[in-house]
Amino acid sequence: MRDRWAAYRRRVTIALVEDLQAALAPDRVRAEPLELALYGRDASVMRGSAAVVCLPTSTAEVAACVRIARRHRRPFVPRGAGTGLAGGAVPVEGAVVVVTTKMDRILAVDADARVAWVEPGVVNLDLTRHLAPLGLHFAPDPSSQQACTVGGNVANNSGGPHCLASGVTSGHVVALEVVLPDGEVALLGGLDAEPTGLDLRGAFVGSEGTLGIATGIAVRLTPLPPAVATLLLDFASVDAAAEVVSGIIAAGIVPAAVEMMDQRITQAAEAFAHAGYPTDAAAVLLVELDGLPGAVADARERVTRIGEAGGARTVRVAADDAERRLLWKGRKSAFGAVARIKPNYYLHDTVVPRRRLVEVLRQVYAIAARHELLVMNVFHAGDGNLHPLLVFDAREPGVMARVHAAGEEIVAASLAAGGVLSGEHGIGLEKRDLMPLQFSPDDLDAQARLRDAFDPDGVANPTKILPAGSRCADLQAVPEGVWV
Amino acid sequence: MAVDVLRAFAEEVGDARRGPVCAVGGRTQWGIGGPASQGAREVRAPAGVVSFEPAEMTVRVRAATTVADLDDVLAEAGQAVALPPWPSATVGGVLAVGRSGVLRLGYGPVRDTLLEARVVTADGRLVKAGGPTVKNVSGYDLCRLLVGSLGTLGFIAEVVLRTRPLPAARGWFAGVADPFVLHRELHGPTALLWDGTTTWLCLEGHPDDVEAQASRASLDPVDGPPPLPSHRRSLPPGELRGLQGRFVAEVGVGVVHEHHPVAPPPLDPPVAELHRRVRTAFDPTGRLNPGRRPELR
Repeated sequence: MRDRWAAYRRRVTIALVEDLQAALAPDRVRAEPLELALYGRDASVMRGSAAVVCLPTSTAEVAACVRIARRHRRPFVPRGAGTGLAGGAVPVEGAVVVVTTKMDRILAVDADARVAWVEPGVVNLDLTRHLAPLGLHFAPDPSSQQACTVGGNVANNSGGPHCLASGVTSGHVVALEVVLPDGEVALLGGLDAEPTGLDLRGAFVGSEGTLGIATGIAVRLTPLPPAVATLLLDFASVDAAAEVVSGIIAAGIVPAAVEMMDQRITQAAEAFAHAGYPTDAAAVLLVELDGLPGAVADARERVTRIGEAGGARTVRVAADDAERRLLWKGRKSAFGAVARIKPNYYLHDTVVPRRRLVEVLRQVYAIAARHELLVMNVFHAGDGNLHPLLVFDAREPGVMARVHAAGEEIVAASLAAGGVLSGEHGIGLEKRDLMPLQFSPDDLDAQARLRDAFDPDGVANPTKILPAGSRCADLQAVPEGVWV
Repeated sequence: MAVDVLRAFAEEVGDARRGPVCAVGGRTQWGIGGPASQGAREVRAPAGVVSFEPAEMTVRVRAATTVADLDDVLAEAGQAVALPPWPSATVGGVLAVGRSGVLRLGYGPVRDTLLEARVVTADGRLVKAGGPTVKNVSGYDLCRLLVGSLGTLGFIAEVVLRTRPLPAARGWFAGVADPFVLHRELHGPTALLWDGTTTWLCLEGHPDDVEAQASRASLDPVDGPPPLPSHRRSLPPGELRGLQGRFVAEVGVGVVHEHHPVAPPPLDPPVAELHRRVRTAFDPTGRLNPGRRPELR
């Protein structure tokens, strides 16, 4: 029986691959075991198994992939660069993976209207570099910006250090061309100020590929600031650094970014980047202020005063762009630097109210100690977005169980302090079953209604975001034969 | 106690057996999105500021609070919300309609202000969307969908909003200047209005910056923006240059204030179908604000 089932699956998969190859091109439809294994994972620890991987180059080809998947009763899983940390691009078994990285053109830039149309596979940092000569940039700057795509940013509503002042991706996307789960193409939002109708654009951003595939993205462009000041403050305790973060926000200052690094990560980053970080400090704050010169100078003085009153040992102000870049290089390479300490890490992502940073950070250290794990903290302190990094050696027996247990306790502690499950990585598979910690059954039912309205047959990236049974009256009909 | 007030509102809305209901705020934008149905029972959300955390730059407020009253509370801590403080307009009403005020160029669209919403559904349940922190990507972003939905997906009862610091200085300036050149050359103006001849500019921030930018613009100080014609339409900001007739346009934004109404363009068929499915999913019997149509907004 088992053999016959396997033979049947091989046969129908061959038919699926043939149909996709006819619609795209043979070399852009892959089903070799090695490639399927590569596309079976993202940057998280989760694994899945795709039936076939498609690399479309146009909206019409994406629509064809979706239609063919449906005809073969397969779910589809959209994918960008695969840098996601929550398992959002990990395919359910038998899925058609639709990779958008070959759609990587910047289609139009209107510097006066401050908007650009891009394809989903454009790399975040490539877009910003392309815009620099025009004095503009794309504001969301996730740590993975050298690799992650704008389409992935849309799917995850990505953030980054500079989202403190400028907000996450949703605020920087004005319109989307999407292929819906039924293969239809629709334009959500618009280039005008107040597009008519419901804000389906806003509903789509952050939906992690469960409402369709974005094939064209109109992004809002942000002018580069005329003045920038980057400050490095160092402290003898983590508590003091966290108190200063709260003090800055309480004073009504909205910096462009406020990043915190504790001693372990500062030492690792310093060894890697040689940014001149004080390695004897318990914690450092990297504060960036931008805008017009008067406001920047004023905020620089006030942040310095608040820092010194709050126990900062030194306040270093970057003298020029080169020093500014060096200070940021340490921060942005922090995750890579961790490899010098232990071979593996698990990066968490929760948000807490900013005034409760001190107590939640204490809990994070206590939780890690209780599970005999090393924790390093490097995070977007200005908006309360914690990124505890549990570092370990996966070859050590039993260590994964401790890593997962500590992770769940960190999430629970964040929520108990009035926080939320995720600030920028999304829910995906990783936190799907933790959703009831933040949302009641009625809350989840409302989210499921939105999903069902876009995807009544449950074919778009199924099993992600919402735990099973989220729809109170379970109307979710899975097409017969769909392998979910 | 706090939740009881919301529960009482949910019970007042009730479920389908109680027939059509219509949410009333300050009636300042009552005519938008089609006429409210005759005969629908009127309900009002609760009012009042629940909690304000100046050090968090967030505020929890009930929907029937007026934006002006909210701003009075926030001003004591040197903060405000980026919602238009039209006289008697309520927080819930402004969010449900979703239209921004003339400071949108600097403050951003209304939709970006909403962090969390407690909403009464068509079957009388109390549902939470979003979360109270300034950053949150946990699950579907129902908050964005609620803004501009004209109450057709649920009635907003209570929200958490992002606040912003009040600027140290603010000035309005006016004169004859090319607003498109100013938009390109000034950094972060709060408003830039144009009627085809005169340009109005609002600057906010550090007094030195306001002064420097104003002198760069070579416009004269004025008391405030011009009176706005009562109708508006929405264009891409790149299409304002060729406007004819009497208007006041928000340069860099695309909102055009005119004396005559212009019907919004119809939705594309796939988008219209999505609207139908989303509305049916949230309100199968069509009892919430039955006459309102977000596609006419």
